[in-house]
Amino acid sequence: MTTQSPSKTSSVDFNTPAMQRHRAMRHFKDHFTRWYVAVGGLGVIVAVLLIFLYLLYEVLPLFGGAEIEERERYSASWVQADDPPLMLAMEEQGEVAIRVARSGQVSFFNARDGKAVLQQQLPIPAGAQVTSFSVETPNSRRFVVGLSNGQVLIAQHDYKVTYPDDVRLITPSLNFPYGQEAITLDEQGRALDQVAMSSDSNGLTLAGSIGSDLVATSVSIKRNMMTGAETRSESRLALDPAQGEVTRILIDPLRQWMYVVNGEQHIDVLALRKKGELNGRYKVVEGMGTSITSVNLMLGGISLIVGDSSGELKQWFMVRGNGHPLLTEVRDFDQQQGESIALIQPEERRKVFLAVDTAGQLGIYNSTAHNNLLVEPLGEGTVSAVAIGPRADHLLVEHGNGELSYWDVHNEHPEISWSSLWGKVWYESYPEPDYVWQSTSATSEFEPKLSLAPLTFGTLKAAFYAMLLATPLAIAAAVYTAYFMAPALRRKVKPIIELMEALPTVILGFLAGLWLAPLLEDNLPGIVSLLILTPIVFIAFAYGWSRLPARIRLRVPEGWEAVLLIPVVMLLGWACFAMSVYIEAWFFGGDMRVFLTRDMGINFDQRNSLVVGLAMGFAVIPTIFSIAEDAVFSVPRHLTQGSLALGATPWQTLSRVVILTASPGIFSAVMIGMGRAVGETMIVLMATGNTPIMDWNIFEGMRTLSANIAVEMPESEVGSTHYRVLFLAALVLLSFTFLMNTAAELIRQRLRKKYASL
Amino acid sequence: MKQGNFTTWFKSGSPWVWMNAGAVAIAVIMTLGLLLLIAVRGLSHFWPADVIEAEYTIPGQPTITLIGEVTTREQVPTERLHGAGLPVDPEKTEFMDRELLKVGNRDLYGADFRWIVADWLENERTPEDIVVIERREWGNFYGYLLQVKQAGQLIAEGDQAWTALQPAVDRALGIYDEIHALETGAIGKINAELERIRLRERGYELDNALTDDRKAQLEAERKVQNDLYAELEANLIDLYREFNRDSIRVRAMDGREKDINLSAVVRVFQPNAMGPTAKVGHYFSKLWEFVSDEPREANTEGGVFPAIFGTVMMVLLMSIIVTPFGVLAAVYLREYAKQGAVTRTIRIAVNNLAGVPSIVYGVFGLGFFIYLLGGNIDQLFFPESLPAPTLGTGGLLWASLTLALLTVPVVIVATEEGLTRIPRSLREGSLALGATKSETLWKVILPMSSPAMMTGLILAVARAAGEVAPLMLVGVVKLAPTLPLNGNYPYLHLDQKFMHLGFHIYDVGFQSPNVEAARPLVYATALLLVGVIAALNFAAVSIRNHLREKYKALEN
Repeated sequence: MTTQSPSKTSSVDFNTPAMQRHRAMRHFKDHFTRWYVAVGGLGVIVAVLLIFLYLLYEVLPLFGGAEIEERERYSASWVQADDPPLMLAMEEQGEVAIRVARSGQVSFFNARDGKAVLQQQLPIPAGAQVTSFSVETPNSRRFVVGLSNGQVLIAQHDYKVTYPDDVRLITPSLNFPYGQEAITLDEQGRALDQVAMSSDSNGLTLAGSIGSDLVATSVSIKRNMMTGAETRSESRLALDPAQGEVTRILIDPLRQWMYVVNGEQHIDVLALRKKGELNGRYKVVEGMGTSITSVNLMLGGISLIVGDSSGELKQWFMVRGNGHPLLTEVRDFDQQQGESIALIQPEERRKVFLAVDTAGQLGIYNSTAHNNLLVEPLGEGTVSAVAIGPRADHLLVEHGNGELSYWDVHNEHPEISWSSLWGKVWYESYPEPDYVWQSTSATSEFEPKLSLAPLTFGTLKAAFYAMLLATPLAIAAAVYTAYFMAPALRRKVKPIIELMEALPTVILGFLAGLWLAPLLEDNLPGIVSLLILTPIVFIAFAYGWSRLPARIRLRVPEGWEAVLLIPVVMLLGWACFAMSVYIEAWFFGGDMRVFLTRDMGINFDQRNSLVVGLAMGFAVIPTIFSIAEDAVFSVPRHLTQGSLALGATPWQTLSRVVILTASPGIFSAVMIGMGRAVGETMIVLMATGNTPIMDWNIFEGMRTLSANIAVEMPESEVGSTHYRVLFLAALVLLSFTFLMNTAAELIRQRLRKKYASL
Repeated sequence: MKQGNFTTWFKSGSPWVWMNAGAVAIAVIMTLGLLLLIAVRGLSHFWPADVIEAEYTIPGQPTITLIGEVTTREQVPTERLHGAGLPVDPEKTEFMDRELLKVGNRDLYGADFRWIVADWLENERTPEDIVVIERREWGNFYGYLLQVKQAGQLIAEGDQAWTALQPAVDRALGIYDEIHALETGAIGKINAELERIRLRERGYELDNALTDDRKAQLEAERKVQNDLYAELEANLIDLYREFNRDSIRVRAMDGREKDINLSAVVRVFQPNAMGPTAKVGHYFSKLWEFVSDEPREANTEGGVFPAIFGTVMMVLLMSIIVTPFGVLAAVYLREYAKQGAVTRTIRIAVNNLAGVPSIVYGVFGLGFFIYLLGGNIDQLFFPESLPAPTLGTGGLLWASLTLALLTVPVVIVATEEGLTRIPRSLREGSLALGATKSETLWKVILPMSSPAMMTGLILAVARAAGEVAPLMLVGVVKLAPTLPLNGNYPYLHLDQKFMHLGFHIYDVGFQSPNVEAARPLVYATALLLVGVIAALNFAAVSIRNHLREKYKALEN
């Protein structure tokens, strides 16, 4: 320690080994604590901030595009160059593929290396050739072949999966659901240039064309419930010839519409349920020299995707306007402009389609999201056929030179784009573009409607009505408590408000849903009159009080007015509710709810925004109150005293000096209250009907982002688009409240500095 | 102030002052009214109300006799009753009284409650011999006791029946407790043991280490347990035979007679014959049942003990996690970090996290803790029980962690406040005496700020106890078969789902098939929850006030 060691007299030696050890230990402890605290403290803070990053990590895949990657390229020995493919398809696992060739040869083969698994010839009658071909829909796995003798043949490819020795074995087979005999479509026996089919358990519709002539037949199948025997009855439709040469026929799965592509630029729509009556002739392609080059139906068969020679893709579907359905252009995609579209292939489970142009480029699109996910060349040369697996994870391509290639596809969340989340989307079967949240449905052909707009709207609506109640009440109460109230009373009021803040929202929600909502429904006039009468009665009472003799007036010291008003409020509340039935009987024919719905045309839900506004207002009041009260209370005394000394009344001092000075604090209180109202879950979950509607009507409910998460998250499949969209909703909530709170906090800090400088 | 006319009075601004005062009055009334509402509704449920018997005649229909408790009485416009199809004349009277009668006997009438028009009730009386029977299913029974039977043999009838009934009910309840103890205790243990043996076997199988020796050993262990079970089962069958021995014959209000086995009876009483003392006794026994018993009948009857237990367990675990981390972060921010722009930013961020919606934490807990962490832990440590998830599903641990994350800002903010309140002089004094920074921290600062930490912790606990939205995603269930802490190895089941008071309110109030019958219980549960949270908050407030006093003294 010191240089001068008092060796003789002093008995304390600070440098004994024990002391040194002790010092080293202390030093070590000090350092250890420093590091421990630093690492631990930062760790906690990082962990908390991790929330944001994790939510982002879950959300980001939504906005990625698609990727494809070539795995294999091979030429199969059994593919003959002069025998072009009519169809290429894959089964569920992407292992076994099928190729149907113009010669009528059907080959099942290993999709990865081209090794043939099963080869079979379609039972085409002697002397006939294949002249046309059509796939029903990819997921029915049925196709129809039109023959040169006017007959058609329907086949279906099936796959059986077994696990001998725990190894997956897929056995393909070709079946003929309507028998191996060809069905006569054209009674004159002409070669069918185009053919189409659509079937369900009740029957089958077949259509074909010879030049511009159309033939169609509808077979209805009735099964005897007892014996299982089938009776078929066939009815032919007499169709007028089209105006130009028919290049494609499509029939939707409900067998309602037949789309006849003819004369290069037109689609004729025939109503099958009205014996083939012409619904309209639509020009679907604009511009001189542009012609339709490829048309296909999307999953569900409602939308038509039309590709033309300029490389433009358009989605059309039947829109039921005022009674008369019309084929309407819904949206277009121009990402492949320049090259003519050669092939359009829909995915089996999502509203996604693939388009291949003559330059061999592949484009992947989602219709709902109006989203182009990818445009990439599939290698040199043209493409003659393309197949996407049912799980949309593999792609099989046959190139113009007869080679086959096998690709991996990563396209997890095609349904999401900025426009599908926040903009109006024209969904299939809707009369016009709309904001819709509807995440699940019974059928697999359902188009998920994941617009966050109605949920955000609901969130803001709930917060708005809550703030409408809470802001004036909380600020007025805060101002009074901080500025006018007697200190003794203030000490009693503040814990009550703090208790109000601590009330669990589940209790508020439960009371709102089970007690307040029915109460409001029964006493609607009472509540409305209470809202209107309260301020009037306050003023009337105050004026009455001021006219009382001073002897009575002075008994209540200044700052205790609030206590006087408590019985007034209670009396008024009781009176309004007692009056409610009478008001209802006298003015609204006994039932205000019926009156509103029938005479005013206002929808009324029992669990509505008014209930939410009251309950959530209750939850928000203490938040705003505490911060605003703090801001008003810490306004420096000399300001107010100066103002009062200059002759201003207390109210003038308050409104011109105190509130102006404290306004940033009050503003930040409102913002924090808003943040709380936006994120509140249980109250809205329990006090509204949770219907995602967009309507400002105070008597209707809403669905908020937070309640939506609480309802749908437990059932959502991990990693699915729906799951990630719910994470996005959480991220939106987090960012919104975080920004609001940060802004409020910064304002408060500036205010504190200002007060300090005053 | 001179009394002037209205205009001058108005101009002085005092109406506005009064309006502001009114806002305070409204806020106070709202809070106190709400507490009062919950208290009245929740506490009155346990009171044995008189059961009335009366003749009821809807005009144009035959007279019927009604027995039941009046639960609500209200005035409705005659118009509305008319609209509901009742034969009333809206021209004659404008309003009529309507009562909600709890008639019970759901097995006989299909519904527990019946709306009646009070004007049509006649000859209202409260006969002393009406019995109310609380049952394990089908809700309450209201009616008359006719006979008590033992193993089908009549042992008492008429007036003697009531005296003979009470001992029989007590006996049945005693046997019920025995059966319950056996089933959850010994048999539950055997089941847990068998499951562990199965998992060990599967674990060996996965490691390719299931040798014949081990197989034989496991088989032997299994046999031991199975033998034990067979023994207990025989015991149980005996108990059940005894349990089902007695029955009673009762008559409902419409004259129908019914046999009720005493095994289905929880409590029998004659509310109209009870004196005030008996009623108070009954009240407290019901209250005790509510806090100490398990729920019955899809949570609409019985107690909420598992929910209380689950809430307490979760909050305890959360406190254990949140306190050290919250304090550590606060100490770092206040004592060690360099006070600059970065620290200020972090402080604002932490502050604001307290305002982030709780459902966001739930989403994070579900995605990060359960699916990411839990899923991977299952793969690594519990492969033998896959595909059934162990930690890959919501449970006590994840719920506690999620809530710890949710409340850590509260602890940080409170602790920091405590740290700032410690006068500089103390810190400097300690350092001047030669203490290192860590010694100052451990021996001076932390002990002095411990009340602040307590405050933070109490506030965190109060917030966690009332939070429901995130828990819905991370492991709360409406009915958990066993408590998360029990006698089966490893005693504390962190992976188990649990019940929670707040969720109980939501579930019973909104998902229950019989909301009307469950409502009083929801009020009672709400009261319990409010009570706990209010107590915690007042504790926090008083500690804070105490703390302020203490530092005031120090500063002077």
